[in-house]
Amino acid sequence: MSRGTLIDLLYLFSATTFVLALKGLGSPKRARMGNGLAAFGMLVAVVATFFKYVDGHALHHVNLILLAMFIGVIVAVPTARFVQMTAMPQLVAIFNGVGGGAASLVSITEFVHIKSTNPATYVTLEVLLGVLIGTVSFSGSAIAFAKLQELMTGRPVTYPGQQIINAIVGVAALGLIVTILVQGSTMLLWILLIVSFILGIAFVLPIGGADVPVLISLLNAFTGLAVAASGFTLGSNLLIVAGTLVGASGILLTRLMSKAMGRSLSNVLFSAFGSVITASGASGTDTRSVRSGSPEDVGVLLSFASKVVIIPGYGLAVAQAQHVLRELAEVLEGKGIEVFYAIHPVAGRMPGHMNVLLAEANVPYEDLLEMDEANSELQTADIAIVVGANDTVNPAAVNDPTSPIYGMPIIHADLAENVVFMKRSMRPGFAGIDNELLYNPKTLLVFGDAKDTLTKLVAVVKAS
Amino acid sequence: MTNVLLQYATVLVLSAFVGVEIIAKVPSILHTPLMSGSNAIHGVILVGSMLILGAANTHLEEVLGFLAVILATLNVVGGFVVTDRMLEMFKGRKPQAKAKTDEVAK
Repeated sequence: MSRGTLIDLLYLFSATTFVLALKGLGSPKRARMGNGLAAFGMLVAVVATFFKYVDGHALHHVNLILLAMFIGVIVAVPTARFVQMTAMPQLVAIFNGVGGGAASLVSITEFVHIKSTNPATYVTLEVLLGVLIGTVSFSGSAIAFAKLQELMTGRPVTYPGQQIINAIVGVAALGLIVTILVQGSTMLLWILLIVSFILGIAFVLPIGGADVPVLISLLNAFTGLAVAASGFTLGSNLLIVAGTLVGASGILLTRLMSKAMGRSLSNVLFSAFGSVITASGASGTDTRSVRSGSPEDVGVLLSFASKVVIIPGYGLAVAQAQHVLRELAEVLEGKGIEVFYAIHPVAGRMPGHMNVLLAEANVPYEDLLEMDEANSELQTADIAIVVGANDTVNPAAVNDPTSPIYGMPIIHADLAENVVFMKRSMRPGFAGIDNELLYNPKTLLVFGDAKDTLTKLVAVVKAS
Repeated sequence: MTNVLLQYATVLVLSAFVGVEIIAKVPSILHTPLMSGSNAIHGVILVGSMLILGAANTHLEEVLGFLAVILATLNVVGGFVVTDRMLEMFKGRKPQAKAKTDEVAK
């Protein structure tokens, strides 16, 4: 067997591990093994590549390759290991962005490399698509990172004529692609790089913080497609398979996410959602009365309860209160009270993010109910405790057709006998919309830091 | 040459179907690890980055290739480590209790 064939077989093995890994991620029990399998497949592919011949010779610059990898590893490992779990979405955004950047660089370099041989038009097209998609993913992810890390405002950034300007930038990029296809100029390629970079930024700026996770998923799919395009240019089946798997699954995942918010993908991407805060809600706030109470009041409520549903949101994670919450659940269970967690698909900052945050606090995943299941349990629940959530329990999504979140499926906390709403202040949530549930007569508001409130509540329940 | 293109296109189309089929069954609680895991998988661009740096003839190619390898390594290593860290936390309810019921079942 020739060296080339053996390496291709190893690549086939790697591609298989990627498919099995994605499949493994479908079950909590096999997910970790699946991820490990893909990492192993990746290692095999990388090691095999060191023995590959390019342009009829063994790889040059092996020392440079190893140095670059070393730099990558010493930056990536500590970052990935020690960043807070709440910062996970930003981290995924940034790791996605650098992948897009790499795909773009690979396409450019390959173009520079083969340009003298007058490549076929379709090869040039693949290069240009790789540069365009990869660079959009890179700069878009950078802005998404800045929004989530709160380096810039999380609100949609809008300016007059934005849609038109974005359209012009998009058309300019396409025009450049056509011109380069005809002329084959390297100079124009650099201009395309710059235009794509601007396009990525312009595309992400008007998207509000609450929608950024959907965007990251889309950019993740983009990077996959950019990698697939590089695979065409380099003639690598492995890159095509892996890139396309990620591209296809990423687009599907993006659709699932926007569906969970009851909106179409184009609505998420182009409507600058959350930039207009309904004025009526904001001014009416002061006139309506709310019922607020202390942790002791909640303790009294809990002493009569037999079934409690906890509805956690991102505020819980910000207050680092997951562990105290689990403690509360355990104390309640010790008193024979049924406790469930109701998880909205977009609770946290990414779908499933809340599950990860609760898993970190050792909450068994059997206790986590998905939205539909949670809503049927809520009908018979005595108390719904909302901790750090807001938009995901906002009845306006059902009742108020003028509300920007109208149509989003919600967790119906108001089905429970009583609602305890733990909140830092009367400020509206991430999407910037006032919440009717706060003014519901069933609702008892407990103001304060979620961690403080829960700690006091645990003490109260333990003492009773 | 066109045959090669056709072969790549075949791989692309079939991979797209596989990607969609696999994801359709993933429960929403695993969406975040899934996004992160697939993020690590597109880090396979590292292989492409190695090839272009390994074939570089000019300083420009060397610089671009070097950058590409660094970025791709960040993507691969960071992606897998973060995903593993997330999945590490998915534990079932009290494993001992489960082991006991298994024994009873036997």
